[in-house]
Amino acid sequence: MRYDVVIIGAGMSGLSAGVRLAHFGKKVAILERHYRVGGLNSFYRSGGYDLDVGLHAVTNYSPDGPKSAPMARLLRRLRMRMSDLELYPQKVSRIVFPDATLEFTNDFDHLARQSGKLFPGQEESLRRLKDEVFRLYENNFSGAPKSARRFASSFITAPDLVEMLMCPVMFYGSAWENDMEGGQFALLFMSLYCEGFARPKNGIRPILDLLVERYKNSGGEMRLRSGVQRIEVLKGKAVGVVLDNGDTIECEAILSSAGLMETIAICPEASPVDLAPEAGRMSFAESINIIDRPADELGLDASITFFSANRKFRYRRSALPVDVQSGVICVPGNFCYDEPPDTHMVRITNIADPGFWEGADKAGYEKGKIEWRDKSLEVVETIVPEFSDSVTYFDMFTPRTIRKFTGHINGAVYGSPTKLGDGKTPVENVFVCGTDQGYLGVVGSMISGVEIANQRLL
Amino acid sequence: MTGEGIRQAIIDIIREIVPDEDLSGIDAEKPLRDQIDLDSMDFLDIVMELRKRYSVEVPEQDYQELESMSSTVNYLLPKMESL
Repeated sequence: MRYDVVIIGAGMSGLSAGVRLAHFGKKVAILERHYRVGGLNSFYRSGGYDLDVGLHAVTNYSPDGPKSAPMARLLRRLRMRMSDLELYPQKVSRIVFPDATLEFTNDFDHLARQSGKLFPGQEESLRRLKDEVFRLYENNFSGAPKSARRFASSFITAPDLVEMLMCPVMFYGSAWENDMEGGQFALLFMSLYCEGFARPKNGIRPILDLLVERYKNSGGEMRLRSGVQRIEVLKGKAVGVVLDNGDTIECEAILSSAGLMETIAICPEASPVDLAPEAGRMSFAESINIIDRPADELGLDASITFFSANRKFRYRRSALPVDVQSGVICVPGNFCYDEPPDTHMVRITNIADPGFWEGADKAGYEKGKIEWRDKSLEVVETIVPEFSDSVTYFDMFTPRTIRKFTGHINGAVYGSPTKLGDGKTPVENVFVCGTDQGYLGVVGSMISGVEIANQRLL
Repeated sequence: MTGEGIRQAIIDIIREIVPDEDLSGIDAEKPLRDQIDLDSMDFLDIVMELRKRYSVEVPEQDYQELESMSSTVNYLLPKMESL
């Protein structure tokens, strides 16, 4: 059996690339090591509950936005409609810092006015930053500044406001420590603040099911529990892959969504000659706390709360197992659904140290989960109203969980600090999509799969 | 395929790509992109759908022939009349 394209990884980018390639008649196989699709945006069952691992919210929500908006463009490429995703918009989100709380919704004006109230004179600065972000988007981010901090500071002159605005953006997409690549900042600024958050009521699974269904209906082949051990390269060209079980599959081209370093590990020839790519260092731990009543009854009214206990937001690998000084509190129930969800939960994400979680023995790992979840809750309950008395069940995933199920070195959620932009590797028919191509988030990774499929394989 | 058949085929393709656009009042002589909100990727998708559905190749240098509905039909007629 010989395929036109073998796609490594059935996450959002691999699936989207698969839908696109199969739609146009390519003979495609998606190979996924895990027994389940989704990659960084997957789901699992624990304690009788269906839980998501990646998704807090889908960004880029702009149902009435222009057709040039990222989500609208993406959906046209996949022959899908906005209604297929069954998204419900957020209520309100907050950025909580020691001296200020900034509220934002899916209406940029709200954020701009709030910023102006808290930081006199900054409303106009923020609007100018927004205009520049859109100008960059129209120009495909060519000439985007290298440093997000410097970019934001060149418009916004209140350093505390820069810190606050960086916090959600970095939490939702920075593979760098302490700063972020300017173009990615611009894209995420637009995705989060100008377009906004929404959620499918039943989590990521319906979106995954939809992609898999479209893919299979177009003739695409899906192989789960089929990890790729090695990409076979002959005279600078990939000829096929060897699976973990030793089977070989021949193909004309390979699209890897495994990550750049992870792809190089199975295909050393794919290492960029002009870069020295490194593994990402930023990973996270998340506790999923099931509560016995709707969160808003306990006073938790926000969809997502981003917080930092320090005025200067520290975004870097944690020295402790979990850095509880900052985090993201997501209440999946606090979106504008047509009817309230059956399960109520509070999800808390903190920066975590992969080293501790990878090194712990079984007892230490289990003990660590309880200990650090408790420490994290202590800080969280100074940020939002107390809810721990209402928790009936909790589970926690760590950098080790992420590494185990996604293959990402260090459990690095946003991949390597090195992004490949054009998706090309030195092996002429091996391409990279997904996290390390450069677009992030649910919508971003789908765009990545579609774009690289278009540019390199159709 | 007749000219009318080709016109319908193009409409079907555009409808699949931009399902929310009203395609009923298209003026055959005016540029499509002035009447329907199509970006360059949508336009490329029309070309790719023609290849997929009818095995018709539209080389890049001929893209300008697909400006209006009538120029598109005229351009495709020799390629598609035997289908």
